[in-house]
Amino acid sequence: MSAANKEIGPPVIELGVMGWLRKNLFSNWYNSLLTIFGLYLLYILIPPLVNWIFLDANFVGLTRDDCTNEGACWIFIQQNIKLIFYGLYPTEELWRINFVYLILFISGLYLLIPNLKHKGWVGAFLLIIFPIICVVMLSGGLGLEAVETRLWGGLFLTLVIAGVGIVLSLPIGVMLALGRRSKLPVVSILCTIFIEIWRGVPLITVLFMASNMFPLFMPEGVNFDKLIRALIGVMFFSAAYLAEVVRGGLQAMPKGQYEASQAVGLTYWRMMALVILPQSLKMVIPAIIGSFIAIFKDTTLVLVIGLFDFLGIIQFVGTNPDWLGFSHEGYVFAAAVFWVFCYAMSWYSQRLEKKLDTGR
Amino acid sequence: METDKSKIGSFLFNRSVQGVFYQLITLGLVALGIYYIVTNTARNMLERGLASGFHFLGVESQFDIGMTLIEYSPTSTYFDSFIVGLLNTLLVAGIGILFATIIGFTVGIMRLSSNWLIAKIAEAYVEILRNIPLLLQIFFWYFAVLRALPKPKQSLELYDSFFLNNRGLFIPDTVFGEGSSIIFYLLWLTIIISIGMFIWAKRRQDRTGERFPAFYVSTALILGTFFISLAATGFPVSFEYPELKGFNFKGGVKLIPELVALTFALAMYTASFIAEVVRGGIMAVSKGQTEAAKSVGLKQNLILRLIIIPQALRIIVPPLTNQYLNLTKNSSLAAAIAYPDLVLVFAGTALMQTGQAIEIIGMVMGVYLFLSLFTSLIMNLFNRFMKVDGER
Repeated sequence: MSAANKEIGPPVIELGVMGWLRKNLFSNWYNSLLTIFGLYLLYILIPPLVNWIFLDANFVGLTRDDCTNEGACWIFIQQNIKLIFYGLYPTEELWRINFVYLILFISGLYLLIPNLKHKGWVGAFLLIIFPIICVVMLSGGLGLEAVETRLWGGLFLTLVIAGVGIVLSLPIGVMLALGRRSKLPVVSILCTIFIEIWRGVPLITVLFMASNMFPLFMPEGVNFDKLIRALIGVMFFSAAYLAEVVRGGLQAMPKGQYEASQAVGLTYWRMMALVILPQSLKMVIPAIIGSFIAIFKDTTLVLVIGLFDFLGIIQFVGTNPDWLGFSHEGYVFAAAVFWVFCYAMSWYSQRLEKKLDTGR
Repeated sequence: METDKSKIGSFLFNRSVQGVFYQLITLGLVALGIYYIVTNTARNMLERGLASGFHFLGVESQFDIGMTLIEYSPTSTYFDSFIVGLLNTLLVAGIGILFATIIGFTVGIMRLSSNWLIAKIAEAYVEILRNIPLLLQIFFWYFAVLRALPKPKQSLELYDSFFLNNRGLFIPDTVFGEGSSIIFYLLWLTIIISIGMFIWAKRRQDRTGERFPAFYVSTALILGTFFISLAATGFPVSFEYPELKGFNFKGGVKLIPELVALTFALAMYTASFIAEVVRGGIMAVSKGQTEAAKSVGLKQNLILRLIIIPQALRIIVPPLTNQYLNLTKNSSLAAAIAYPDLVLVFAGTALMQTGQAIEIIGMVMGVYLFLSLFTSLIMNLFNRFMKVDGER
């Protein structure tokens, strides 16, 4: 065998780390220039940020005087952690919130672990019994001391508003979507008007309406709690957005599915519940989770009507004379927490999308 | 007897009869709900001594507004305050849309770059910014960045003409001297001629297949006429630079910090969504299009200009308009940092003073509703216009 017949591998320069660098970063002169620009950008952004957040930061101490290093003063967050997470909720009653978190965590974990039995029952528990537990545990009753909602705050309040908004708006959204696609003109027109009005206005005006106009709508003596008014506003607002997402799924359903279910004699509601909705909701799960992320981010707006959610309380804590001048730490911490929640949701939706992509 | 029964049965189970029945019930319930709300409201307003109606719009407002684009003083009417708020909203939305588009397209194209580092930086930008609430970003830019800037004496400056400090951003003002109107008329004239030239070039190419470099000719025409007329009239356009006088800047245009922070946050946040729209649009153009274009011998820049971009734009424009609309609606968060937009001025201060909750919130919602319905109307027209024959 001569040397010429031996298989010749690619040049060394196209292999391994060198090859990867060459192909992805320095393939031609302007790509090299871009890479250098990118490296410079990272150089001016990352080291100061890492120094401020970790290396030069202060982690141990009790007051602002303990913040002697150049970097962030995380003592500010540590000292106010109870306010930031629970608001003004009485300290001796905090176990009630933690208990609710625990139930939610355990049943959520159970649903997330694949191949476990009785997931349907756990889901039903979460949707039907768990809300009752929440109301009793959080606001009081059955021998528990009542805690007024004006004491609710912090991350806890954000989770309550987002949770209620998400859970209640989905069924309303589905009904609105069905209504808009209905063959009955009155139902369809009413649903369309309802959806378009809520979608056409900013959430902040909805919240202004909830806090200023709802009291005028109610008969004398009936006075809703400020939190409930905000919840109603958030719920209708997100229901309208979800309705459009669900409608997209309904429209994407092939006509044959409708015709086949009618041919086997299903009534409208059975056709929707057994054939159409399961398939079309599955199709739009990523978009639904996208709406949930939007609701979660939008809950921050309740601070304009005077509720102290996570962001509101951080803003409030920053005005405490003992801790003036630490707004950077507060915002960075809030951003990190919101980011983790939102990114987790979008990551989960991408995973679910892959898992559910069973058809075709 | 039995036939009677089956007649009644077939009447009750008739689809269209059922339909009418359900609709009547729905209509009745909605009417009842509205009646309930209206009577309650009427009684509540009577009790609080509020008169309904829009008479309050003609009354003196008696409050001042920090930033106004038109003449306004505490003696102006509530209607004037409505207009001031509306213009401020449109201003911040307009500037925000401009910058969001520039940043968004840049980041979206960066994400598709073959350069790994650049693509990753763009991805990090998108993933970080769109997962943090907008209000938090507005607070960050306003309280943590702009409020923390140095006093006017130690402003950050650029070319001695742009100054940034805790009072806001100061930029040069353009002053139009005598004769500058001629330049504008000529500018308009050349733009109209250029549009005509594009149409003519397209028709000629459709008919004969010959290409005419309309883009270069029109650019040369517009810029050439502009500079020649500028020189011929003796440069009547000049700039007035901001100058430090005492404790603050005089001259130039002052942009209040609330406006700067709000625009910044809105543009950066919306850009992360626009970047995804742009990326999705370009990726949706099938690879076969590029390959076919290459095989008929088009050069790389022509493939982009003639094949990819026109097809990508058709996909990009509708969701892009949606993002513009979102930005406009999100500009209402101005209320949280006291930028005098429609919501803060009208649904805030004016509502507090007059107590006319229904009328005021109705007007504010009406403005946003009009904007979004108007946009969706334009989008429907656009889609009809752009529809390719043979498509659904």
